[in-house]
Amino acid sequence: MPADLPSLSEFLSEPIAKRALLACLMIGFANGFVSAFVVLRKSALKIGTLSHALLPGIALAVLMVGLTQWSALAGAIFAALIVGLGSIFLSRTSRLDQDTSMGILYTTAFAGGYLILTQLNVRQKLDEWLFGSIVGMADSDMWIAFGISVVAVLTLTALQRPLLIYLFEPNIAASLGVPVRFLNYATFAVTILVLISSLQAVGCILSVGLMVAPAATVYLLTNNARALFWGGGLIGAFGSVAAFFLSYPLGWSVSATIILVLGALFLLAYIISPRYGLFSRRGRV
Amino acid sequence: MVKPATHLKEHVCWGGGGCGHTHHHRLEVRDLRVSYQDVLALEGISFATECGRSIALIGPNGAGKSTLLKALAGLLRADAGSILWRGQPLTRSSHEIAYLPQRGDVDWNFPITVRGLVEMGRYPNLGWWRQYLRHDAEIVERALTAMNLHELQDRQISALSGGQQQRAFIARALAQEAHVLLLDEPFTGLDKPAQDNLARLFKELAAEGRLLIASHHDLQTVAGNFDDVLFIKRSQVAFGEVAAAFTAGNISTAYGSTGKS
Repeated sequence: MPADLPSLSEFLSEPIAKRALLACLMIGFANGFVSAFVVLRKSALKIGTLSHALLPGIALAVLMVGLTQWSALAGAIFAALIVGLGSIFLSRTSRLDQDTSMGILYTTAFAGGYLILTQLNVRQKLDEWLFGSIVGMADSDMWIAFGISVVAVLTLTALQRPLLIYLFEPNIAASLGVPVRFLNYATFAVTILVLISSLQAVGCILSVGLMVAPAATVYLLTNNARALFWGGGLIGAFGSVAAFFLSYPLGWSVSATIILVLGALFLLAYIISPRYGLFSRRGRV
Repeated sequence: MVKPATHLKEHVCWGGGGCGHTHHHRLEVRDLRVSYQDVLALEGISFATECGRSIALIGPNGAGKSTLLKALAGLLRADAGSILWRGQPLTRSSHEIAYLPQRGDVDWNFPITVRGLVEMGRYPNLGWWRQYLRHDAEIVERALTAMNLHELQDRQISALSGGQQQRAFIARALAQEAHVLLLDEPFTGLDKPAQDNLARLFKELAAEGRLLIASHHDLQTVAGNFDDVLFIKRSQVAFGEVAAAFTAGNISTAYGSTGKS
């Protein structure tokens, strides 16, 4: 522990620390909750793509209207839509598959965004976009994060029954009358929103971890798909809060610590899982 | 007079007013054509059948078997022609028609138990939010029992044999109270005893008054497993009872290079 650091209890009495703690809890839970969808949809790579694609949107918004929470938010949504829809368009109109098109689109977008941000006089902010800034959250950030969390949890809870059938097998879902197209759009919207909150917390490079690891951990422990949502939320929240307390005395970056803790929890589940882990024997037929 | 009543009940579809012993719901396909974007997948399909039959859908790879099944399930839109179920044009999915995908298309690692899979069949009745009631639980229970899966209901679906997996999907269709079961290659990958078991099950389901349409590629077992046969190769080659239509001529038209181009 660095000597000049105030003690943890002193630090916690600061509003900024309280906000950060609350943000860890909320963003950790929402991201963990949504990670169930990401894991079941097997779209972790797509999330990585989208999270990187948010950067240029934010950069452009900052360039055009200056840096505010809302401009960053709008820019992020815009960029995610461009890359998400762009990759679908590109793969439909050329012989490329969607993965390839996404790979090109997001690296290009990321490179562009990086260059714009380095050109702007917000150099000190660059790290925050790349690696998050959960400790520096303002009240308005908190409200945005809170709103996003509520919308995400409510939407995925309300849609859970049709969503699980759709995630299991889209054709069966459609034959049962599940509104597949609507679910696609709704879940895409929720994913983008939650990505933006995880961008704030851990930045665009690490956000995939927050949106995949929690439910992946639960995935090793249960055969109940519903448990992935709430279990993922609890692990996301617990991991983020634990990382907050861990990182402070060690002087570590909170965002990196969050991902490390979640990674450690996953590893633990992998080792101890009786059925789907390291020491289990699969293929019992 | 309890016994005859129970006996009767076993032979009636579980849907309220289902396709039981007295009804013979008709499925009629008229000059159906289906394309994927600009590529024509299937054309000129016309046949009529009714509950109580089992139909083998035969044709080479790429002949359009899966396409036809998906069109019948309401998953693909027809370019032309129509599908009439109980006299009404079928324009979207119906809970009376169940679709069972190829086993290879299913993610067997999905965290779901046999019971959970069968419960999915209740979705058309439950919708997004309606409460899962005892009535639903009873229907699921009966479906599990009918497919002899009661003991296995808490197993994750990858911990089943191929035959058990196929039965779990049929149980889901029963929970859906489907009259028509559309099965994509149900016999593929099953060992001989499991195939025989499934063939027996098909006969029972048809005897109950259900209509089964299954794509099938093993020509050796068509006669034993099905009542009727529908040959397709992009377009319809032949349709009829196995005894009449399952001929060397039709087989070579469907599979041979001299077939309709």
